[in-house]
Amino acid sequence: MATDAAFLEVRNLQIGATVYPPDAKPHDIRIVEGVSFDLQKGRVLGLIGESGAGKSTIGLATLAYGRGGVQITGGEIFLHGEDILSAGKKSVRTTRGSKVCYVAQSAAAAFNPAHRLIDQVIEASLENKVASKSVLTQRAITLFESLGLPDPQHIGSRYPHQVSGGQLQRVMTAMALCSQPDLIVFDEPTTALDVTTQIDVLAAIRHAIQKTGVAALYISHDLAVVAQIADEMMVLRHGKVVEHGDSRQIIESPRQEYTQALVNVRAIDHPPSTTDAAPLLKVGNITASYPGSDVAVLRDVSVQIQPGQTLAVVGESGSGKSTLARVITGLLSPSEGVVTFDDRVLSKSLGGRSRDDLRELQMIYQMADVAMNPRQTVATIIGRPLSFYFGLRGKQKRQRIAQLLESIELGPEYADRYPAELSGGQKQRVCIARALAAKPRLIICDEVTSALDPLIADGILKLLLNLQQREQVAYLFVTHDIATVKAIADSIAVMYQGQVVRYGAKAEVLTPPFDDYTDLLLSSVPEMEVGWLDGAIAGRRMESAGH
Amino acid sequence: MLRRIPLSALIGLFVTGLFLVAAIFAPWLAPYGLTETVGDVWEPMSSTYLLGTDNLGRDLLSRMIYGARTTIFIAAMATALSFTLGAILGLLAAVVGGWFDQLLSRFVDLLMSIPTLIFALVVLSVLPGNLITLILVMGILDSTRVYRLARSVAVDINVMDFVEAARLRGEGRGWIVFREILPNALSPLVAELGLRFIFQVLFLSALSFLGLGIQPPDADWGGMVKENKDGIIFGIPAALIPAAAISILAISVNLIADWILNRTTDLKGGRGGN
Repeated sequence: MATDAAFLEVRNLQIGATVYPPDAKPHDIRIVEGVSFDLQKGRVLGLIGESGAGKSTIGLATLAYGRGGVQITGGEIFLHGEDILSAGKKSVRTTRGSKVCYVAQSAAAAFNPAHRLIDQVIEASLENKVASKSVLTQRAITLFESLGLPDPQHIGSRYPHQVSGGQLQRVMTAMALCSQPDLIVFDEPTTALDVTTQIDVLAAIRHAIQKTGVAALYISHDLAVVAQIADEMMVLRHGKVVEHGDSRQIIESPRQEYTQALVNVRAIDHPPSTTDAAPLLKVGNITASYPGSDVAVLRDVSVQIQPGQTLAVVGESGSGKSTLARVITGLLSPSEGVVTFDDRVLSKSLGGRSRDDLRELQMIYQMADVAMNPRQTVATIIGRPLSFYFGLRGKQKRQRIAQLLESIELGPEYADRYPAELSGGQKQRVCIARALAAKPRLIICDEVTSALDPLIADGILKLLLNLQQREQVAYLFVTHDIATVKAIADSIAVMYQGQVVRYGAKAEVLTPPFDDYTDLLLSSVPEMEVGWLDGAIAGRRMESAGH
Repeated sequence: MLRRIPLSALIGLFVTGLFLVAAIFAPWLAPYGLTETVGDVWEPMSSTYLLGTDNLGRDLLSRMIYGARTTIFIAAMATALSFTLGAILGLLAAVVGGWFDQLLSRFVDLLMSIPTLIFALVVLSVLPGNLITLILVMGILDSTRVYRLARSVAVDINVMDFVEAARLRGEGRGWIVFREILPNALSPLVAELGLRFIFQVLFLSALSFLGLGIQPPDADWGGMVKENKDGIIFGIPAALIPAAAISILAISVNLIADWILNRTTDLKGGRGGN
C-alpha cells in the first residue's frame, strides 16, 4: 500500500519485449528487472545510465506506456495509492494528460509544425477538461514567463519553426506543466541542445520544478547535468539498479565501481606538448560558402597544426567547424584562401588532389554506422585502403589487417563481421583502423565521440592518444564538447559564427582573461559537482548587472 | 533458411518453377508438334487432347507449352536488357549528377510521356519485324521505369558518409557505383525485377494480341488469345486458357517479388540482407 508521503511508488518493476532476430527463433528479453523506488512531491529523481540501460523505458512505464512492443510484465506502479498498471484504458488516458506528463528529447520532432504553440501547449489539458481555455491560456503565459521565454504574451501564437531549439524545449516543459501535474518525466530534455543553451533550459526547468512543487523523473546519460537538478539519483545498467542514493553521495562518494567510472569519466590527463617543427597543415585566410548561397559560412579562418599534435576546433552547431573540415578535405572549395599541407598547396577541389595528398589526410566521422558500407565486411572496409594505396594483396594484406585490428584492440575474428554485427564503440574503432590503414599524417576527427556513451567515448579518446604517440599522426579534432577538448588537445581554436574567436596553445586558450564568447562557452559546461548550476547562474546575473 | 519462406512465396516459387520447366523442356513435354494439325477445329477437352484443339485444329496443350517458351524467353531477355540499361544509367546519373543527370532524366521523362503501347506499336510497324527488334523495343521502353527507381534509390545512398569516405579515398566512379552503391540498392532493384518481368509478359501478350508481337505460326500466349477469341462467341473456352496462364504466371512471380521486397529493404545490411 502506498503511504501519503511517497506519492509515486514503483515496486519491483519488470519490463520485457520480444525480439525477432533474423537467424534465430523469436524470444523474450528482459529490459528492466526488479526496479523499485519512491518519489515524494517536490523531489527530483535522476535516472542515469548508458543507452540500453532501460532508463527511458522506466520513465515511460510511469505513464503506463510501453514503446514499440515493450511490455510491462510485472511489478506495480502506484500514483497517489492507485495502481496505474491495472487501471483501465480510459483512466490511464486521463492520468497521462493531467497527472503525469512527459517531456521528450527532441522538442522539434514532438511538436506538430502545422499548429500554433499555444494550441499545442494547452491541448492535452483542454482535452481532459482540467480548466477552461482562457484559464489555461493565462496559465501557459505565466509558465512561459517563469521559464524565461521572451515575450511570454505573444510567443504562443508562433509556429514551432519560428522559435529556437532551446525555446522549443522550454515551451514543451510549459506544455507538461500546464495541467499542473503531479509528476513530470523529463527524457534527456537538454541533450540535443548546445551547451550555452543547455544551461538556460536547465535553470528554467529547475526553477519551474521548485515553483510548482511537482515531482519529476529526470532521465539523462550525463551525470554532470543530472547532478544540477536531481535530489537523488538512480544509476542503471542493463535494466538493473546499480546504485541509488542522494545526489551528493553519488557524486562525491560513489560506492559501486560502475558509478565511480561514470563519475571519473573524462579524467584523461594529456599534458599538451609543443614543438618548433614546421607546421604540417596550414589553413590560410579561408572564406567559404555553400554553392548557391552568398552567406559566408567561414570568414577569414587561419589555423595550423604541427606534426604529431592535436588541434581541437570547438564551437556550437552552426559555428562552421564541420565546414572547415570539409574545406580541408577538399569536399568544399573555398572562395578565398589556401590550404597548405607539408609545404604543398592543396588543390581546392577533391578532383585536383594527388593520391598521396588524399592518403596522408584521412577522416573519421561522427556516425560510424553510416560511415561504413553495411554490405562490406570489416576486412573489406579496412583492406580497401591497403590495396588502393599500397597495392597489398593476399597474405600480406591479411597480415596487415590483423595488425590494424590489434592496434584498435579488436581480435582477428572481427575481420569477417559486418558493421551491423558490431557495437557502437567497435564501429568507431573500425573507422579509426580504416583511417590508419592509409598511414596518414593528419586525421580529421569530426565529432567522433558525440554519438557514443561516455565510458565508450573515453575508450576511443584513449585509443586515439595512444595511436598518436605510436604513429606520430596529427589530429584535427572537431567537437562541441569542452571536456573532450581538455582531454586531448595541444592547441585549441574556438569558433563562433564562422570565425575563429580565440586560438592558441591549450593552456593559453583556457586561461583568463577570456573574450566574451569563450567565457560564456566555458562557464556553461556543467561540472561534476552538486550546486554548480547555482554558482554559474549567480555568476551570470552579476555579470549582466555589471554591464 | 527454407522454413522462413512464407507460404505465399512458396506457392509462387512452385508455380513459377512449373512454368520454367515447361518452357525449358518444351519439345519433350509437348505431346504434339507446334504447328501440327491433329484434329478438328475447336475440339473439346478429351484424353487425346487434354486442353482441346485451337482454331486450326492444333493441340492446344502443345501450343501452350511452346508458347510458355517464347513468352518467358522474350520477357526475360527484355527484362534483362531494361535492367542492365536502366540500373546502370540510373546509378550513374545519381553519382555523376549535374548536366549528365539532367540530360538523362529529361530524356527519360520525354520517353515516359508517350504511352508505351502506342509508342511500341508505331516503332514496331516501321522497323523490320524480328525477335531482336521486339526485345530491343520492349527492353528500352521499359528501362525508363528501372532508371527512375535506380536513380532515386542511389541518390539517397550517394549522400551517405561511406560513399563520401570512398570519394575522399580517391576511388573512381566504377568502384563507387558498383561496390559502394549497387550492393545497397540491390534489394529494391531485385524486387522490381519481378514486377518488371510480369509487365514484360503482359506487354508482349498485348503486342501479340494486336498482331505486332510474335508472328504466326509461332505460338505465344497473347497471340493464342487472339487466334481463339472468336471461339468465345460459340462458347469455346480455348481463348481463356492462355489468358489464365498469363495471369497465373503474373500472380506467382508477384508473390516472389513481394517476399523479396519484404525481406530486405533496409540499409542496415549484414548477413540477412545478402
